[in-house]
Amino acid sequence: MRESHLMNIHYLTGLAAIVLVGIHIMFRLIVPFAQSLEYENIIANYQNLPYAIVLELILVTVAIHGFNGLRIILIEWRQGEHWEKGVTWTCVAAAIAIIAYGSRTIIMANMAGAV
Amino acid sequence: MKTVKLRVFRQIPSRDDSARYDTFEVPAERWTTVLDALLYAKAYQDHSIAIRYSCRMASCGSCGMMINGIPKLACYTKIDDLNTDTITCEPMSNFPIIRDLATDFTQFFQHHKDMKPYIVNDVDRGIDAETREFLQNPKQLDEFMQFSYCIKCGLCYSACPTVATDKKFPGPQALAQMYRYMTDNRDQAADERLKIVDDRHGIWRCHFAGSCSKVCPKGVDPALGIQLLRGYMMGFSKKEKIVPKRYKPAG
Repeated sequence: MRESHLMNIHYLTGLAAIVLVGIHIMFRLIVPFAQSLEYENIIANYQNLPYAIVLELILVTVAIHGFNGLRIILIEWRQGEHWEKGVTWTCVAAAIAIIAYGSRTIIMANMAGAV
Repeated sequence: MKTVKLRVFRQIPSRDDSARYDTFEVPAERWTTVLDALLYAKAYQDHSIAIRYSCRMASCGSCGMMINGIPKLACYTKIDDLNTDTITCEPMSNFPIIRDLATDFTQFFQHHKDMKPYIVNDVDRGIDAETREFLQNPKQLDEFMQFSYCIKCGLCYSACPTVATDKKFPGPQALAQMYRYMTDNRDQAADERLKIVDDRHGIWRCHFAGSCSKVCPKGVDPALGIQLLRGYMMGFSKKEKIVPKRYKPAG
């Protein structure tokens, strides 16, 4: 993939994450802060489909944006074919792992009501 | 006439010398430049100071150095303007040192060459056969004019924080020159050049610190060129490929 494509994804996920986190905060403002942290309310949030979808989208956008940012920092910090390939694939693998594990949590809480 | 203290960085890396600063007392008039002061010290106090210079009028770009920590042309910096009695001259950062204030430009020029800094125009695109002229209107000229003032002094490269950590990054000078040729309506190699900079260490590594534009002694704005180039690559701006009308001699 060309770097320009990666950077387009980077900028778009960054902007999308800002919008989605804004929506997420607005969801949270519906109930008082202390009440929103109660176990039942949190599970109820997960079972609310739009809320779960927003959480999943935040997870995906932040993971892609964050790990690509980390890749950029690391390849600027040090250069070399092995290092750059290693950093790139480690970041891709880490992003996939985080998205998979986070998605599992969201899906399980949404479907079964327990993590 | 006042006297200023000139602290000059001294080192010969090929001899495994450790870096030191030598101090020289030099006379300074209102019009004395840092280059004048250095040449005074070299002529009357220490002949061994290594310094690269040529035109003494900010045209050749040879005398770039760190003056009190900022990349500047020594011939274009008046001592009076520095408002200090101690002037520290060091070699430009981000360049390997050859000796004292003379730095190695090999990498810098290689980045410049990589950008194909010339007009590629293989096909006849409206060039008048008789006059060999390719007319450009003022708007087309304005697209790249300011970037063609670059004298390749390396000050922007020295000021760039990305170059400091990533030696594969072409740097502001090369990228701005790439933009200069890409926007020239006589050129046809935009796609080739875009492939060169659309790399892991290419144009996307610019963090828009803007220090390149700040230190340029010729008023070029490399940071602007880089952002315009990025905008073009992201589809925000289009390059107009206008073929000018054929030249018609009067009468």
